[in-house]
Amino acid sequence: MIEARPQPARKRRSISWRSREGRSVIYQVVAILSVIGAIALLVRNTLANMRERGIQSGYDFLNQPFGFDVSETLIPYEITSTYWTAFAIGMANTLKVAVVGIILATIVGTLVGVGRYSANWLVRKLCYAYVEFFRNVPIYLQLLIWYIVFTEVLPSYDELWQIGHFYLSKNGFSFPWPVWLLGQNLAMAGGLLGVVAAWLYARRSRRLFDQTGQQRPVALVGLALIVGMAIVGWLAGGAPNEWSLPSRGTFQIENGASVTPEYLALLIGLVLYTAAFIAEIVRSGIASVSLGQHEAAASLGLTKRQSMRLVVLPQALRVIIPPLTSQYLNLTKNSSLAVAIGYPELVSIANTTLNQTGRAIEALSIVMLVYLTLSLITSALMNWFNARAAIQER
Amino acid sequence: MSSTNSSQFQPITARPMPGRRTGIVAWLRANLFSGPINSLMTLATVALLAWSLSHAFDWAVARAVFGAQLEACNNARGLGACWGVIAEKGRLIVMGRYPDTEHWRPVIATALMLLVVGASCMPRFWNRWLPLAWLVMLAVYFTLMKGGMLGLTEVPTDQWGGLPLTVMLTVISMTLAFPLSIFVALGRRSTMPAIRTICTLYVELIRGVPLITVLFMASFMLPLFMPHGVTIDVLIRVIVGITLFSAAYMAEVVRGGLQALPKGQTEAAATLGLTYWQTQRKIVLPQALAMVVPSLMNTFIGMFKDTSLVTIVSLYELTGALSLALNSDADWRPFKIEAYLFITLIYFVFCFAMSRYSLWVEARTAVSKVR
Repeated sequence: MIEARPQPARKRRSISWRSREGRSVIYQVVAILSVIGAIALLVRNTLANMRERGIQSGYDFLNQPFGFDVSETLIPYEITSTYWTAFAIGMANTLKVAVVGIILATIVGTLVGVGRYSANWLVRKLCYAYVEFFRNVPIYLQLLIWYIVFTEVLPSYDELWQIGHFYLSKNGFSFPWPVWLLGQNLAMAGGLLGVVAAWLYARRSRRLFDQTGQQRPVALVGLALIVGMAIVGWLAGGAPNEWSLPSRGTFQIENGASVTPEYLALLIGLVLYTAAFIAEIVRSGIASVSLGQHEAAASLGLTKRQSMRLVVLPQALRVIIPPLTSQYLNLTKNSSLAVAIGYPELVSIANTTLNQTGRAIEALSIVMLVYLTLSLITSALMNWFNARAAIQER
Repeated sequence: MSSTNSSQFQPITARPMPGRRTGIVAWLRANLFSGPINSLMTLATVALLAWSLSHAFDWAVARAVFGAQLEACNNARGLGACWGVIAEKGRLIVMGRYPDTEHWRPVIATALMLLVVGASCMPRFWNRWLPLAWLVMLAVYFTLMKGGMLGLTEVPTDQWGGLPLTVMLTVISMTLAFPLSIFVALGRRSTMPAIRTICTLYVELIRGVPLITVLFMASFMLPLFMPHGVTIDVLIRVIVGITLFSAAYMAEVVRGGLQALPKGQTEAAATLGLTYWQTQRKIVLPQALAMVVPSLMNTFIGMFKDTSLVTIVSLYELTGALSLALNSDADWRPFKIEAYLFITLIYFVFCFAMSRYSLWVEARTAVSKVR
């Protein structure tokens, strides 16, 4: 009989250079200590320098008046408003360009990316040329060029271009906008309710599909729910259909909604630049689904639409979404270049603050905090979506 | 039942000749006019191209002024391009504020730098002489640019500018960022939680903020961080900023390569008795880095483009030198857009060449994978 092996001696948990665990503990302690030491040194130096140069610190300046004019505001602003308000406006302006930019860049990028697989030779080559050109020129330079186009090449106000109720000149772009009343608010609320209802319906029909194999027109019913509930909300609010139309005044366009040339330059520059990258991402996503998948779907008897929706798209999206997320974040971060063309977004406001108060650390920390929060939220959302789209491995 | 015709042989009518498969007409039919929608698309695109190209030709060639004649340029304003602005200011744009009489120095130094970088891109030069070539190149580069010895007049760094500065900022910061990024990437995959956390924090913090805030920090906050009496040249501060920024992005690229490597490789190395660093140096990194060369190249292209931002913290590289050259001269300032198009072309040539190189590397690794 084989003798029972002696119980292995319990590992001694001592910190020694000879054991792997011991070394790893020592390395980590050294790493942490050196990081803490470096930070402490920097803080000490900074405090000493600030004392010496008489730089004041603290965030108390946020309650003082900003004292500069801000050309574009989504929030009421007066010359006496505080730095707080100014930063809030900067953030709103960043979001305004980022959200619109992301939507437009996705549309343009998808079209161009699909266009690179067009059966038409001209369209294919045109899309290729677009991608190569816009990708290989710095976004900063592109913004400067668009800025010149919008402030110098466009006609002056006296000779503005007008198509229907749309006006374009050096002063900006004006367009009709609905007068915002109770009806619009209720329509928005109805639309949101519709989204929830559509989501519930999609979940239920998915369960039914798993149980019985019967398919329901999820997309159609969902769309009908959202649009229908929005219309119900609009009707409940008295069906307002009043539009604020821009009209030509003596010095500027009156009424309607308008955007400044700075905003337009920034938006178009960011959209065209980012769309070139998104096009490449979409193209590689399409390329990643092998032909065999299309064929297998066809041999199972799926229709072309079903194979697109159930087989091809889920696999392509898996490749597309992670890099697409970083492009969205890049667009948001690149909007900080607006500091060069005078669009009052977050970094411009921080730059003005920095020059006026000399509080570099405080101003930059606010900017970094906002961008970090935005990136973390976006990554979290996209990781959640990505986890749903990822391969469900057994 | 009778078949009266069965005895009579009646051939079916001959099929028409198959359509042409080669030649211009066949190509046009297959690629441009394969169906009604396709044909419409072709016509619309041709119309759009004809309209825009004819206008562009009119502006850029037919009505353009090519010489440095200010009067002719002013007359052609709004109708034709004034390429004379490049003849007049081109040198200032490309060289920045570097003293006129010394322009041969940045030209030689940059050519040498590009030569060594170009050689480093070719596998046939990957031997032990390459690091030596880099050291010699850097020594010669900074001696030539800075001067102050060997009978060269000294040129302080705040006068460096234009394309040489763009190239130098990219090459130096990427060279510094590359080793750093390898350590950070290894750190992010380390089994030691403290080291992993530090590396992850670094990468996520840097990647979460725009480059411009990092540059602002380098320019406004780094001086505050230094001990009393120590001042650092703004060029060095910006290089530090760009290096730290690009190292975070490169670390993610390198990490992708590390993740793609099968676990069997490290296990095999462990059975051979290699230590951690031996494993990384001899087994893991050579394979992982070879896999990510195209993505590293993309980071390189990105950094080359992003150097244009240093003009915001008043270093006059290509884009900054342009503003410097034109903002100070009211006569030529109206022709900024022509000058912008000129440097657009410069950036495009550099970046396009780099992206072609990256495609070539990709094709080469794809070939080596086939057994």
